[in-house]
Amino acid sequence: MSLDLNDIQLSNAQIAWRAAQDIADGAYVNLGIGFPEMVAKFQPEGREAVFHTENGVLGFGRAPDAGDEDWDLINAGKKAITLNPGAAFFHHADSFAMVRGGHLDVAILGAYEVAQNGDLANWSTGRGGVPAVGGAMDLVHGAKRVAVITDHVTKKGAPKLVEACNLPLTGVGCVTRVYTSLCVVDVTGGRFVLREKLAAVSLEDLQSVTGAELHRDGDVGELVVPEL
Amino acid sequence: MDKTVTTAAQAVADIPDGACVMIGGFGGSGAPIELIHALIDAGPKNLTVVNNNAGNGHVGLAALIEQGQVAKLICSFPRSADPKVFTELYLAGGIELEIVPQGTLAERIRAGGAGIPAFYTPTSYGTDLATGKPVAEFDGRMYVQERGLKADFALIKAERGDPMGNLTYRMAARNFNPVMATAAAVTIAQVSHVVAAGDLDPENVITPGIFVNRVVHVPNPQQEEILNRQEAVYP
Repeated sequence: MSLDLNDIQLSNAQIAWRAAQDIADGAYVNLGIGFPEMVAKFQPEGREAVFHTENGVLGFGRAPDAGDEDWDLINAGKKAITLNPGAAFFHHADSFAMVRGGHLDVAILGAYEVAQNGDLANWSTGRGGVPAVGGAMDLVHGAKRVAVITDHVTKKGAPKLVEACNLPLTGVGCVTRVYTSLCVVDVTGGRFVLREKLAAVSLEDLQSVTGAELHRDGDVGELVVPEL
Repeated sequence: MDKTVTTAAQAVADIPDGACVMIGGFGGSGAPIELIHALIDAGPKNLTVVNNNAGNGHVGLAALIEQGQVAKLICSFPRSADPKVFTELYLAGGIELEIVPQGTLAERIRAGGAGIPAFYTPTSYGTDLATGKPVAEFDGRMYVQERGLKADFALIKAERGDPMGNLTYRMAARNFNPVMATAAAVTIAQVSHVVAAGDLDPENVITPGIFVNRVVHVPNPQQEEILNRQEAVYP
């Protein structure tokens, strides 16, 4: 294979930027711990999303300056946060009523593997150690849209978009869109449908690093992101 | 009515060996550190603890585990910045772990406190965490049956409390505390400020006093994150 992904693939910030462009004005959004938290930084001008965190805050803002942390005011990743005007606090059962009850517009999570039927594996590498699930299994059932942001392949080069997940599942048939370092794919009707791809990667090369067939349904747009 | 107790030591003195104890907090936020440390001083063993996490560093829940007092932990996310105490004990087979998805954990506690023995949730359907649990289809979608969860004691942290046991919380330190308050036979609240009955606006009470048995005044409570930055160890 002639393709060297490292030369062309998007950075995490660029993947997060692309995902942020699909968040509508007024949306209620939950961002997973770690890489997905970055999406909040790239909200398009003029659009206001309200961010939810599992531990009981709606409407949190950016991180406080070092030294200004209040450790009663943290996000699900246990990082200090600040509040935007109009924020609200609530207890954990109410927080997951928001999640499970279909009140969130979008949840954005990371992934180890996504299958063409929308199955997601993102909580356990299946290798033993200490299992830890947090709120991921709740988030994938309930948000109106469950999007994944991820590198297209693992660090060892294995595809993360697959026919069927090998790792323990987080949820069955739950993912609706995947933003990778090479393309944007929708999960629909039990198959991956390619919506956008980087101009620098050919369809053939993209398929060669994908573990399931990439279908086309109309034009494939060009995935264009700014330098970040 | 006066539910105030003078010291944290008095408040936890009757927690016996083998008790199931819910402990509020999410990480260090809302964690009743002083009550946990009083429980360490009291020394009951073979406890089942319900908490979102598994402790961080060598204070609070991590210290309770380090002292060998916890036989079983029911939690959603046993990882933290410094999870060494739990991790080493778990991998050595020294503590039992029941992993529960976070929202299922909150709802199991809510159900337990609300007199609901079981409920159905879409969470975990088709995953390893649903193994052995009854499933059912409602309106074309599959759900997993989960059981309500109750405890003998709950240790919680609130911001203000009155002698009737009415409580308010501070910011995201609310988290599991109000839910756990409903689900234990005996709920013990440490509060940063004790106020007179009537001083809390009834419109703003989050936990009504019926759910609370003991109120302990702990002014200026310690925060796990700050203790860990100081590399504190308890006891």
